[in-house]
Amino acid sequence: MPTRTYADIEVEVDAEGFFTDPSTWQEGMAPEIAREAGVGELTDRHWQVIKFMRHQYEESGSGPTVRVLGKTSGVGIKELYQLFPRGPAKLAARIAGIPKPRGCI
Amino acid sequence: MVLGGGAGGTLSANRLHRQLGAEADIVVVDADDRHVYQPGLLFVPFGMARPADLVRSRSAQLRPGVGFRQAVVQQVDLEANEVGLADGTSLAYDVLVVASGAVLLPEETEGLTGPGWGDTVHTFYSLEGAALLSSALARFEGGRVVVAMIDMPIKCPVAPLEFALLADSYFSRRHIRDKVSLTYVTSLDGAFTKPVCNRQLSGLLADKGIDVVTEFNTGTVDGEGRRLISYDDREVPFDLAVVVPLHGGAAYVGRSPGLGDELGFIPADEATLQAKAAPNVFVIGDAAGIAATKAGSVAHFEGETLVANVGHYLRGEPLAARFDGHTNCFIESGHRRALLIDYNNETEPLPGHFPGPIGLPLLKESRLNHLGKLAFEHLYWRVLLPGRDVPGVGAAMPRAGKRPEAAITT
Repeated sequence: MPTRTYADIEVEVDAEGFFTDPSTWQEGMAPEIAREAGVGELTDRHWQVIKFMRHQYEESGSGPTVRVLGKTSGVGIKELYQLFPRGPAKLAARIAGIPKPRGCI
Repeated sequence: MVLGGGAGGTLSANRLHRQLGAEADIVVVDADDRHVYQPGLLFVPFGMARPADLVRSRSAQLRPGVGFRQAVVQQVDLEANEVGLADGTSLAYDVLVVASGAVLLPEETEGLTGPGWGDTVHTFYSLEGAALLSSALARFEGGRVVVAMIDMPIKCPVAPLEFALLADSYFSRRHIRDKVSLTYVTSLDGAFTKPVCNRQLSGLLADKGIDVVTEFNTGTVDGEGRRLISYDDREVPFDLAVVVPLHGGAAYVGRSPGLGDELGFIPADEATLQAKAAPNVFVIGDAAGIAATKAGSVAHFEGETLVANVGHYLRGEPLAARFDGHTNCFIESGHRRALLIDYNNETEPLPGHFPGPIGLPLLKESRLNHLGKLAFEHLYWRVLLPGRDVPGVGAAMPRAGKRPEAAITT
């Protein structure tokens, strides 16, 4: 498995940079992951989504879809695309240290 | 009490009846008595199945001794252990099995049911929709066909991909393939999102001339202007759009405090299938808000776990049976060939053979798999719904025959 170093801690990630073990993630790592993913500075609105992603993952074992984020994170779908361009569910998952949203194949 | 007389509800009731016998009074509640063989919907638009042949009576699939109540569920009262019906009466339960599946929510996408719906914009996820699309395809003489999956979760997530592959085959057969462009639109970041599938199958769509648009979350369907518009303002033009609408749980779930999640699916323990809402509520199939794929094979494999755990619960024992997320799907790839995938929560679809070293080829197009898909309809009515095990195929995902080394990236 490849590794990356965020906030001076080495963590295992998959080939696309998603954490293989979400428990190794810490809040202090998010700004560095965000920069690397091209999201730039994290605002309060970004953090609202990131914290919601973590919460959902802990509750249900998988990250929310864009649709669930739009319904329940408190951030609407249009704004989600402004905060996390192109793929909000995927980008926010990567920054939140949880697995990538996937289909079944 | 079993809510829903589809695949999950029918096989649960039949298995429970066989296991518990006269000890238990089992009733299945559903709003109608029409059981649709959903895997057949894919074939209807291409004239490969007739709508009427896919429907049978729900009650006729139940073992003698299992009750059937045709009624609309208003809500579930978890504290009173009662199911309220739309006619104002209520039914008490000791154990509730939620098996009411997923419903289509086309009205949740702007414009989807507006001008063009049933004309330039279609779906094959309902019997009526599939029949309507069949006539639309028969009239289609050329242009842009777009197949769009708006967002997960959906039933049978490979079905839209199969539709695109079968459409290639269908238009070739009609000798107008060169006049048709085929585009597969997905909210995910690829047609194949698992590493091994992606490696093994990435050429499949390109070889058949199917374009792929990824990370496209359809916000608006403009049936008159013939274009899909994503939330981030990208557009995909079409002459004929085949859209898989958003899915949610049954309507009564939203009216039942504490039962479901924001989409109306029932959160449950992934392994025991016990609902998080209450210890005497279990969930099976598409109704579940768990990581497992929404597919008939999953409901079938879950059946064994669910019934064992309902038995444990009734006897006051720990819920010892565990479901592993086992899923098994034939994927029609057109030209009378199909692929087979077999996986669970831990193991992604791998190449090899199923169910053992000698068997159907996995992750590979073959005629044998196409025959397997066709034969499945018989198994569905005769083996799955009665709640029997398929000979040689266990509930837990088999490891023999799989080639895990294919998962190792170099």
